[in-house]
Amino acid sequence: MIDTPLLKVSGVSKFYGSRIGCKDVNFELWPGEVLAIVGESGSGKTTLLNCISTRLLPTTGSVEYRMRDGNFRDLYHISEAERRFLMRTDWGFVHQNPADGLRMTVSAGANVGERLMAVGDRHYGKIRQTATDWLGRVEISADRIDDQPRAFSGGMRQRLQIARNLVTGPRLVFMDEPTGGLDVSVQARLLDLVRGLVNDLGLAAIVVTHDLAVARLLSHRMMVMKDGHVIEHGLTDRVLDDPREPYTQLLVSSILQV
Amino acid sequence: MTADLATYNFAYLDEQTKRMIRRAILKAIAIPGYQVPFASREMPMPYGWGTGGVQVTASIIGRQDVLKVIDQGADDTTNAVSIRAFFQKVADVAVTTHTKDATIIQTRHRIPEQKLTEDQVLVYQVPIPEPLRFLEPRETETRKMHALEEYGLMHVKLYEDIAQNGRISKTYAYPVKVDGRYVMDPSPTPKFDNPKMHMSDALQLFGAGREKRIYAVPPHTEVVSLDFEDYPFEIQTFEQDCALCGAHGVYLDEVVLDDRGGRMFVCSDTDHCEDRREHGHVGAMLAPNQEAAE
Amino acid sequence: MATPLVVSEVFKSFTMHLRDGIKLPVVNDVNFSVASGECVVLGGPSGIGKSSILKMLYGNYAVDAGQILVDHNDHIIDIASADPRTIIDVRRQTMGYVSQFLRTVPRVAAIDVVAEPLVARGIEANVAKENAAELLAKLNLPRELWSLPPATFSGGEQQRVNIARGFITSHRILLLDEPTASLDATNRRVVVEMIAAKKEAGVAMLGIFHDEEVREAVADRILDVSAFSPRKAIAA
Repeated sequence: MIDTPLLKVSGVSKFYGSRIGCKDVNFELWPGEVLAIVGESGSGKTTLLNCISTRLLPTTGSVEYRMRDGNFRDLYHISEAERRFLMRTDWGFVHQNPADGLRMTVSAGANVGERLMAVGDRHYGKIRQTATDWLGRVEISADRIDDQPRAFSGGMRQRLQIARNLVTGPRLVFMDEPTGGLDVSVQARLLDLVRGLVNDLGLAAIVVTHDLAVARLLSHRMMVMKDGHVIEHGLTDRVLDDPREPYTQLLVSSILQV
Repeated sequence: MTADLATYNFAYLDEQTKRMIRRAILKAIAIPGYQVPFASREMPMPYGWGTGGVQVTASIIGRQDVLKVIDQGADDTTNAVSIRAFFQKVADVAVTTHTKDATIIQTRHRIPEQKLTEDQVLVYQVPIPEPLRFLEPRETETRKMHALEEYGLMHVKLYEDIAQNGRISKTYAYPVKVDGRYVMDPSPTPKFDNPKMHMSDALQLFGAGREKRIYAVPPHTEVVSLDFEDYPFEIQTFEQDCALCGAHGVYLDEVVLDDRGGRMFVCSDTDHCEDRREHGHVGAMLAPNQEAAE
Repeated sequence: MATPLVVSEVFKSFTMHLRDGIKLPVVNDVNFSVASGECVVLGGPSGIGKSSILKMLYGNYAVDAGQILVDHNDHIIDIASADPRTIIDVRRQTMGYVSQFLRTVPRVAAIDVVAEPLVARGIEANVAKENAAELLAKLNLPRELWSLPPATFSGGEQQRVNIARGFITSHRILLLDEPTASLDATNRRVVVEMIAAKKEAGVAMLGIFHDEEVREAVADRILDVSAFSPRKAIAA
């Protein structure tokens, strides 16, 4: 087992005025580990995700990330240039709404190739080849490479967004309700795809979802949030099979059985 | 009357405005390719008619200057004629159509064929100064991208060109990197002219009136057109020579002669063409023993 | 003989917060160990806590007190207090679990479901698939089903996929939760043989078998879970 975590979150709180966004969150994330953050709307899970991914400045606390050189850096004390570079190379962010994460008016190939060009790839043929490979991995046929995502279905857009994020071989991916708004059959396909990619690439991931089935399928570990607090945290199987807190028991007992 | 107007306030703008614009120009020269915001004034002509270039020219012109104004390479088109007349009226300066005689050349869409010297300033009229604009609509974001040198998006545009057309089809306003740092829109000049910007002896100033931006390429500055390793930047080439002066390797305009498909290609730089003809060069259409006469 | 699994003074109860916080004791003071090459069968009436013990051992249930010690790559790990990351590593390398029901993953072919635990341990995909094919053949799963996702299989077919998946690895500890429940006599015999082979290989096994015949065939000893029942304790 690897002895060093990839991410250390210590005492992260975010207040909106007197209202709590999230309060005193602590955890570590190891390479290859998938953490699910679950809770209902307004429980603070998206606030927490945004704080960790540096999209939102927390009121207090620190988020340290182990850079590729092995050194931990506090993400709120590195320059914006470094942070943005990190976000488009070593990190991925999959938005619930693919339109937020894609360029809707440029082709699928360019959407996937953008990160490569951003880090200095200047060979059209190679960029296109890599884009073709990645479209294949997310099950988009190669003949759609020059189509714009506007012409894609919701599920295809989401898969394209994933390819766009993974093309630079990130070590950490954030996902905000990655299957939200998709048909059930499309969801299943996407989940299976994400699960396979996460395993194959050994990615660490933080997945925000209100869907416990998604958490069960994707995550190793789970944090349950309520009113901005992490109320329960543990092995995903344990939290779902033996929930300890009243709210978690309510959540688990509210799942519809098919 | 004309002299009075020039005396009342030289070159139309009041002195404070000119100082403000000069400060912007100095900053622009100090940071090659960086777009400096300035408080663009209302000018007695509509936006899109070169109000940015006119304000830059008005701020740098002196009584001893000789002004040339070109539009699409020509001295005799409406825009060129009216701007030249404007400065004659408000600054009472000498004007010329000869590139070599001018100290300031205001231009829309072309760089003269004749090599410019370090005694000359080229002022470009710019409609949209932001090269990232059509890819990223947010000004806050494009500014950040410039600041952090995040220019991957520029290549996304070129990638799209190749994906759709098999080659980089952009022929004008072709993006360049200035002094190894800022990506810059060279205004809607044909990409044919891009190499002329590189290591130019003359100072190049760019003014965008509506967008309120000034930027500059100082003399002897590196200007590199963006491209891919396997799709390198190349300029347009023309099979024909100029029909009037026989010039080769210059930018040509296609002129339709009739509705039966007749056409000719002539120098877009009218001064260059006239100068060559004065020196005895003759193109196919003006050749004395022309079979076309039938 | 090595003893890779030791359970010591384990207590477990459920607190039902949705039912006014009533506390349901499950087991008290569980003590036992399983040696290498031994198959211990949990006995006692249903509802006495046999499945709960397996789930605690595998980390699915938390424990109130006590220790569950596992020999994991020559380190002693206490499952009762280990962090999730360690438990996942123990599951990957040391302790396997064959449940009654297969948790199916959409779209993944049966043969890949079986091969997955090997792939997760870093074994090459084709080698893992060959092993998986061998096991599925042994369990008489029709070959035409191998490339289909098991979601639509019958109970018995799913269970065989599940058994194959559980037996494919060389885990040193195996937990078996009624693996033969929906199997016919032929396949039950296959499973009995497979368990015997695991014993030969020195695997420590703990299982629940309701089928008398199977239990007789595999059990080295039977551990009566009623002994840990809190109700018995109260009655006494």
